[in-house]
Amino acid sequence: MTATSDAATDRDEQRPEIGRARLRREDARALTGRTRWTDDMTLPGMVHLSVLRSPVAHATITTLDTAPAARAPGVVGVWTGEDLPEQGAMPTAWTVSEDMKTPPYFPLSVGAVKHVGDIVAVVAAISKEAAEDALELIDVDYDELPVVVDPLAAKQEGSPLVHPDLGTNVCATWGLDSVSLGTGGDAAAAIREAESDPDQVVVRRTLRQNRITPAYIEPRSIVVDPTAEQVTMWSATQVPHIVRILMAMSQPIEEHELRVVAPDVGGGFGGKLQFTREEALVLLIARRLRVPCKYTETRSESMQSSHHARDQVQELTLAAKRDGTITALDVDLTADMGAYLGILTAGIPLLGGFMFTGIYRIPAYTFHCTDVFTNKTMTDAYRGAGKPEATFGIERMMDELAVELDLDPIEVRRRNWITPDEFPYATAAGLTYDSGNYDQATDKALEMFGYDELRAEQRRRREARDPVQLGIGVCTFVELSGLAPSRVLGGLNYGSGGWEHSSIRMLPTGKVEVVAGTTSHGQGHATAFSQIVADELGVPFDDIVLISGDTASSHKGMDTYGSRSLVVGGMAIVGAARKVVEKARPIAAHLLEASTDDLEFVGGRFSVRGTASGVTIQEVMLSTWLAHDLPEGLEPNLDADFTFDPENFSYPTGTHLAAVEVDTQTGRVTVRDYVCVQDVGVLVNPMIVDGQVHGGLTQGIAQALYEEIQYSQEGQLTSGTLADYLVPAAPDVLRYRTGTTVTEATTNTLGVKAVGETGATAAPPAIVNAVLDALRPLGVTDITMPCTPVKVWTAIHEASARTTEGAVTA
Amino acid sequence: MARITVDVDGMSYTHDVEPRTLLVHHLRETLGKTGTVVGCDTSNCGACTVLVDGESIKSCSVLAVQADGAEIETVEGLAAADGTMHPVQQAFHEHHGLQCGYCTPGMLMRSVCFVRENPDPSEDEVREGLKGNMCRCTGYQGIVSAVMAYSQAAGEQEAGR
Ligand code: FES
Ligand code: FES
Repeated sequence: MTATSDAATDRDEQRPEIGRARLRREDARALTGRTRWTDDMTLPGMVHLSVLRSPVAHATITTLDTAPAARAPGVVGVWTGEDLPEQGAMPTAWTVSEDMKTPPYFPLSVGAVKHVGDIVAVVAAISKEAAEDALELIDVDYDELPVVVDPLAAKQEGSPLVHPDLGTNVCATWGLDSVSLGTGGDAAAAIREAESDPDQVVVRRTLRQNRITPAYIEPRSIVVDPTAEQVTMWSATQVPHIVRILMAMSQPIEEHELRVVAPDVGGGFGGKLQFTREEALVLLIARRLRVPCKYTETRSESMQSSHHARDQVQELTLAAKRDGTITALDVDLTADMGAYLGILTAGIPLLGGFMFTGIYRIPAYTFHCTDVFTNKTMTDAYRGAGKPEATFGIERMMDELAVELDLDPIEVRRRNWITPDEFPYATAAGLTYDSGNYDQATDKALEMFGYDELRAEQRRRREARDPVQLGIGVCTFVELSGLAPSRVLGGLNYGSGGWEHSSIRMLPTGKVEVVAGTTSHGQGHATAFSQIVADELGVPFDDIVLISGDTASSHKGMDTYGSRSLVVGGMAIVGAARKVVEKARPIAAHLLEASTDDLEFVGGRFSVRGTASGVTIQEVMLSTWLAHDLPEGLEPNLDADFTFDPENFSYPTGTHLAAVEVDTQTGRVTVRDYVCVQDVGVLVNPMIVDGQVHGGLTQGIAQALYEEIQYSQEGQLTSGTLADYLVPAAPDVLRYRTGTTVTEATTNTLGVKAVGETGATAAPPAIVNAVLDALRPLGVTDITMPCTPVKVWTAIHEASARTTEGAVTA
Repeated sequence: MARITVDVDGMSYTHDVEPRTLLVHHLRETLGKTGTVVGCDTSNCGACTVLVDGESIKSCSVLAVQADGAEIETVEGLAAADGTMHPVQQAFHEHHGLQCGYCTPGMLMRSVCFVRENPDPSEDEVREGLKGNMCRCTGYQGIVSAVMAYSQAAGEQEAGR
């Protein structure tokens, strides 16, 4: 059953915590400066590591002399790739095709460098300063090789090869089509037919996804203590469990010998979802030196070496009838991997392949992807991972279709989107959306936005030839979140399961430890998970504590990425809590001298139906611990483990509307209003949900207007600091207006959907659609992200030059 | 080496420092005051903001020797001795002005200084006032609301005196 209501207002009496905007219990430590970041740690005898990074994009190393550096004051050791024969190749977890090419990728490069920032040597010294000083004394000569930075050029015959041994820059090709999936018709045939049918239109566009980077504010930092029986690694990572297993699979250490701890972690957004060379290096050097070692990257190193994201060229073809009904979609994608493969790199565009059909009924679909290597930093997951790219593609095309058919962009969407009675809906891309109500969210957004008034204002300003034009942009989106059924991931050749684990331990005094396999880096897990457990067990919120982010105490987990913490991890917690209740039930029955069948469990209390007699689960726990009088054969504990493997992904949706003002004289774009109505199912903590939405929107707007990782033709990173990579500050963004509709997920017991990625997914097309909406009357038909003043200004001038030329020749 | 004395959150510290040591490293590494953090190497992010003689400054952009004799306030000294949060901390808590918390020490210190200079700011003024501090998590909305609320609370406190 799909329950829909207008807002998350009706709080369930049985569930007093869920839906409550509780202030976060994690705040106090951060507000008082008592947080513990990895870089805050100092251990006895600790040495500091610094790494030497390549200043050139592609070269063979002809000289690499570390002797002078090794003699420098305070230096404990210097190593190159040749000096570390025990280093193992860095693993990739996603082999998207059988013939996928995996280039050699070691913690320290051996013999050659493939991008600016590639690691050449590592120094250990008694202080960070001494290590950095010694780096300058390493004598290295590079024999520079030809460079390729553009993914389309990389595909061409005769292009410089990033990895000559592979004989090609093509990493993998991968495809999807509705005929083989049995989900629809032949898109190529439908497009051919449309081309010769006067009642149909075919719209073709090539769109670019700018290369951006997660830009978490806390630089990555790693500390390894090799002095105890179990080696401990503290790392600013989103994925301590994954780091441990990949370390054991690739480097000379066994899994049981290593404990990985993610202490406080400052942001992630996918950027800290990586098993990094620096992590491997600190471990290798610490084991060699047998003393604790620390490495903390600088911001400039982070910009060069932490993975980047997006960077795609999308060639899209959309066919539709003249009434706006879509008949086919074809997507040909070129995705830039950068020089190496991280753990998910090749799989990111693949995830997008499932999402190009958006919220629409598309009867025929083909997707073809070419992953290519270039001499740039590798790409990998970033807030949305593949889905923002896909959403951008389809949502830009919906606007192009609207222009082609002279329809309102909302109307063209309305004519195609899946209606509430069609759920569960099997898409042409092979997914099954469980629930949704796109009319409801869109109507609410339109009303909040004042769509008609803004259109009227736009007309007035167009007619008046106002130098500041108004543009309105829309994005109606659906997300694929919460990785997800393990068997599906297996089918996609992803080397990991999609389950999540939790243990719940009732303590003798009735307090509760919740152990989670996901870790938080700002998402408020301690608060939200405690709310869930408080409702499930009926114990006070303050009686619950969360333990996570440490492989020693939370021994199983798949960590935090892809908005899976609540929709997958939260269900593991619910499952464990329900098992605790079931374990307590016979003990409660025994205490109450009743039959278990006569017991009901409400608000944390077992009571005998129809009587006043009862006992709380916390009292049951004390009696269980005493174990003086337990029913025969029962274990004296109320602990439970649960591993949840979801039956489906989670499909949050929503409608975003942006109003932008474009100064046609300067090219400057200002976002005047932004309304988003999200449908993320049941809200556990509306305050946290809003915060996630705001953060995501800001990152999405930043992709559309400000941020871009830029390389010169020589492969030099020209936006390598926060001074030239424009992370927005407070004056660059605005106060968002958010609304909610609730269409419960039908695939989990709480009815929740994911939220963390929605803003970053929906904002880029909403903003770019708005910018183009403002500029179309001036003849501008395309613009690439980020829509910087100079680009907008140039587009306006080129368009006016075209029209004048046209006028002259005509 | 140069001998310097700094007063940090009410305690006086005298140390020999290398002339090249940045104030932020002196605070974090020598004094163990790790509440103040580093986010960049270009003085852009503001994560390291502290108050030096009442002025908010990015502690990665001054040398420790330049702070000789100064009175420095960091996030660790904001709450009262009994643990009661400073109104700016309370406002950030109530308005969800932080997520991961990494930018938070700098944001708080900047906010204290900003509200002192501009006790009754508009929302735009708050945004301008915080432009040297980056937050990647919150989208600034919670932070801006928090600073508005804090300025009101601070104003009321003044009026009540
Ligand atoms: S660390 Fe000082 S401004 Fe970034
Ligand atoms: S709260 Fe994470 S950077 Fe501001």
